Amino acid sequence: MSAVRRFPESHAARRLRFPVYEIAGLAGTSLKHEHLPAILAEATKDGFFEIHAENYMGAGGPPHHALERIRRDHPVSLHGVAMSIGGPQNLDRNHLERFHALVERYEPCLVSEHLAWSTHGTTYFNDLLPLPYTEATLRRVSEHIDEVQLAIRRPLLLENPSTYVVFRESTMSEVDFIRGLVQRTGCGLLLDINNVFVSAINHGDSAFDYLRDFPIEHVGEIHLAGHAEQVDDEGDRLLIDSHDGPVADAVWKLFDMVLSRSGPIPTLVEWDSNTPDWPVLKAEARAAQDILDRHATPFILGKVHARR
Amino acid sequence: MRVAERFGRHDGGSPSFGVEFSPALLDPQCETPTAVTGPNKKAAVKRYNVYRNNVTVSLIDALAAVFPATQRITGVEFFRAMARFHVRATPPTSPLLFEYGQDFPGFIERYEYAQSVPWLADVARIERAWLDAYHAADMEILRPQALTSISPDQLPDAVFVPHPAVRIVCSEFPAASIFAAIRSEGLMDPMEAVAAEDALITRPGLEVVVRHLPPGGAIFLARLVSGETLGQAAAAAFDASTSFDLPANIAGMIEAGAFTAIDSGDPR
Repeated sequence: MSAVRRFPESHAARRLRFPVYEIAGLAGTSLKHEHLPAILAEATKDGFFEIHAENYMGAGGPPHHALERIRRDHPVSLHGVAMSIGGPQNLDRNHLERFHALVERYEPCLVSEHLAWSTHGTTYFNDLLPLPYTEATLRRVSEHIDEVQLAIRRPLLLENPSTYVVFRESTMSEVDFIRGLVQRTGCGLLLDINNVFVSAINHGDSAFDYLRDFPIEHVGEIHLAGHAEQVDDEGDRLLIDSHDGPVADAVWKLFDMVLSRSGPIPTLVEWDSNTPDWPVLKAEARAAQDILDRHATPFILGKVHARR
Repeated sequence: MRVAERFGRHDGGSPSFGVEFSPALLDPQCETPTAVTGPNKKAAVKRYNVYRNNVTVSLIDALAAVFPATQRITGVEFFRAMARFHVRATPPTSPLLFEYGQDFPGFIERYEYAQSVPWLADVARIERAWLDAYHAADMEILRPQALTSISPDQLPDAVFVPHPAVRIVCSEFPAASIFAAIRSEGLMDPMEAVAAEDALITRPGLEVVVRHLPPGGAIFLARLVSGETLGQAAAAAFDASTSFDLPANIAGMIEAGAFTAIDSGDPR
């Protein structure tokens, strides 16, 4: 295949510009620049930060300066929102190249994108749009994931979406579709538990069933977030994945349940609009960390036991 | 199928859901796509509207983030109504939203309801340039000593390499003063809104700086940025303004960090 790129040479020549940090078992928050002074003033450097890749695709200036500062003290997770992996059209090679450059520059612990699309033709819609789950889309999305993983030379974590509609042409469940992607591409998964809950309510499905069937062994990161509430055409509850408030109680419970099966998984609290002051966001991450820590002990013991 | 293969690795089985789902996102006249439905035969009008709303509101938010001073001048409601028209007519073509809105100042200039604020478009032009400068590549600025290393007889042939952040905005209005007053959260004085102002936007370090340019300064810098020699740029500036002060403008452009290097024309 002509698309195979130089691999070993670039790895050998690579010099690590940033410290290596362990992200296992950590809670983190989305990085908001208004929080920077408060973050930098903190005595203890705990937790990881997740950044939206597109915000750092400018050539230079304060965003990169801030991110370099953060990356020195913390593990960073790179989260793309605009690759349009779930779309029918070819990936934007320029965008993929920019994404790859960020992976090389900041050496993130985790790299993720969405099972969704956002570009059609030349229009960028700035939303995570849904796709039908069919053999044809499974093939297309698999090609896209292959292409991304080949470019960044590491596995991608793919995030399950929150959705409001279903496609008439869908022939398989979302979980079956996602499992198919993992099997075909070897990608990892980002399990967004708020999205699971939002979609389950919106489609009258069971979040428990979804999580029971989800290939949890491939999950490399968890997202938690708040949601808003509207009503659908029939007056029933329609949840909106708004990221504008604290994590809902039901989502905390599902998180606890997932961890009891999987053990600790790096977990991000997303809070992207109506962002509170740093102490409030930090407290939300602390709450996630407490649950992670509670689930850590039996698993660490288990591992020690296994090693003997 | 051979033809299709030539245009890419996707054959005729290309999923069409993008074509079905997209058009109504930014067009309120368009009906809910028939490709989608609610679960268990529920309707999908309000459900699909969640996507319409996400798209439109988030793109208006994107414009508000690029043009905060413009929004402060017009008020939030006016700004969002104006931005909605623009978002629907000219949605972004790149996922880098900090680059969005390059056409917005021109739209404001033509926008019927903004005609009573004739300097609004120029304030928006300065804001757009400000954000370009903010995200521009980091580059060392030209040191004053660099000029002294060139012999006086070679100086007219010197060509300056522009800093990636440098932008020039010419206005018939005091747009730079209005921009500065609003961005610094200062109280706006009643404007003696007569003086034309040309603005130079640079980012010598991490801080974007907006300066007023003296008479002839804008054409002088614009010519230098376009790659003309110092001699050519100075001649154009003198033509434009008899009060053009060459030494002061050279000192000013170096202090502002408008350039990164001098190409004296010598073979390296």
